[in-house]
Amino acid sequence: MDTGAIDNFYREQFGRILATVIRLVGDFDLAEEATQEAFATALEQWPGEGMPGNPRAWVISVARHKAIDHIRRRARFEERQGELQRLIELENAPADDGAQESGVPDERLSLIFTCCHPAIARDAQVALALRTLCGLTTEEIARAFVMPTPTMAQRLVRAKRKITAARIPYQVPPPETLAERLDAVMTVIYLVFNEGYGASSGDTLLRTDLSAEAIRLGRILVELMPALAEPHGLLALMLIQNSRRDARVDANGDLVLMEDQDRSRWHGEEIVEGLRLTAEAMRSGQPGPYALQAAIASEHARASRAEDTDWRSIAKLYGMLVEQRPSPVIELNRAVAVAMAEGPERGLELIAAIQRRRALRDYFLMWSAKGDLERRLGRFKAAADSYRRALELVGTAPERRFLQKRIDEVERVR
Amino acid sequence: MEYLLLIYSSEAGNRQRPAAEDQAIFGEYMKFTQDLNASGKNRGGNALEGVSTATTVRVRNGKTLVTDGPFAETKEQLGGYYLVDAKDLDEAIAIAARIPGARFGSIEVRPIMKLPG
Repeated sequence: MDTGAIDNFYREQFGRILATVIRLVGDFDLAEEATQEAFATALEQWPGEGMPGNPRAWVISVARHKAIDHIRRRARFEERQGELQRLIELENAPADDGAQESGVPDERLSLIFTCCHPAIARDAQVALALRTLCGLTTEEIARAFVMPTPTMAQRLVRAKRKITAARIPYQVPPPETLAERLDAVMTVIYLVFNEGYGASSGDTLLRTDLSAEAIRLGRILVELMPALAEPHGLLALMLIQNSRRDARVDANGDLVLMEDQDRSRWHGEEIVEGLRLTAEAMRSGQPGPYALQAAIASEHARASRAEDTDWRSIAKLYGMLVEQRPSPVIELNRAVAVAMAEGPERGLELIAAIQRRRALRDYFLMWSAKGDLERRLGRFKAAADSYRRALELVGTAPERRFLQKRIDEVERVR
Repeated sequence: MEYLLLIYSSEAGNRQRPAAEDQAIFGEYMKFTQDLNASGKNRGGNALEGVSTATTVRVRNGKTLVTDGPFAETKEQLGGYYLVDAKDLDEAIAIAARIPGARFGSIEVRPIMKLPG
């Protein structure tokens, strides 16, 4: 029994075990502490004694006893009535909680909805989901978000305190609020993915750990809510985007546009899975925003060469998306797709319409897209100006180098 | 668990509202309160006089400092409250969303602290 196997077990099972312990213990914070301690005990005992027959039930049972110890100690000091009540309940609960592998219900869905409850600040939702469902340590989350560990620790503590003090329910929301709350959950997962895929700051373009964790969360959601289309769409979208990770940056860590990417370096198995999930998400007849975005990503994934891309379909899908989620960023993407299908001039017209509403003025992708279309039309001076505006607004080093290269190109031909 | 639902709205906005609309909202509040009573979740509540009648009290170094007006000057003012009994935050939010003032103002939901013993 090596520690690698225990590590894997931790990664895969932490969220699921914690979800059960929270229900048993009824206290989010205490359950987390007890579950951590139970895993620490496993790490001490299993290498010598071997993994127990039902490791999940073992950890749950140890965590439950750790929690009882904690409550007993607290109750003795403070003589709190509620604590004593809780203790009696816990001690008298049937000891065989989760004794059979199949008898442990998967309660991660309650955990997901609790972590992503709208009464918790968005940043804290993201941190909580990574902490509890993916089992990331506070240090790992802090590092991923380029933040001091104490700040992240405080954010987590505050969120957990709010769950307890305001009594945020530990449950899957009732049907009347489910759709809205599921939306919040998917936003959090996609936020984690994007934080990993297109890091908003720092010198590394890909923080692959976070993308992988988001995909894991997406898989959990699909597994737990198999009848719903949108989680399929979200997972498909993440898989297809992630399939391009190796082609997206060159050897210097510089950004490579999709049209210039070496498509043989796209990960085929992720694309296959993504296409299958997209088809399932689109089958519902009324595709939601994630299904539509996955369908757009699928169109790109299907084209074996950039020039084979079906831009007309993509422009149409963006049109549907903009109707559901009116947003200038989606309009910009639509403008680019229309430019590819019908020529740069049509694209620039649509961008001009966005600009007339004074939207996206500080969005570097708007300026770099505008620069690209102007470059294609041979308007090199205008293109250089747009690229320069983009350069002023951009954050990561690889993106800056990319724009500088474009500026040099258009200045040379002028 | 008890929650205090604090009803904030703009007093200036309320003053400008036509009388007929005012009457209608008053009726909605009566209806909401009756429903809340019927559900057995109402623990009390009141409408408040305007913030111009508010007084803020602080004690610093043993001296009582009294100032005119509410603690925080904001665009929306505390105009009333309900104290309700709800099983969790989601139920409290659902009740808060039914308060007529939620449509044009904001409802702050605060759990009542349980004191030990």
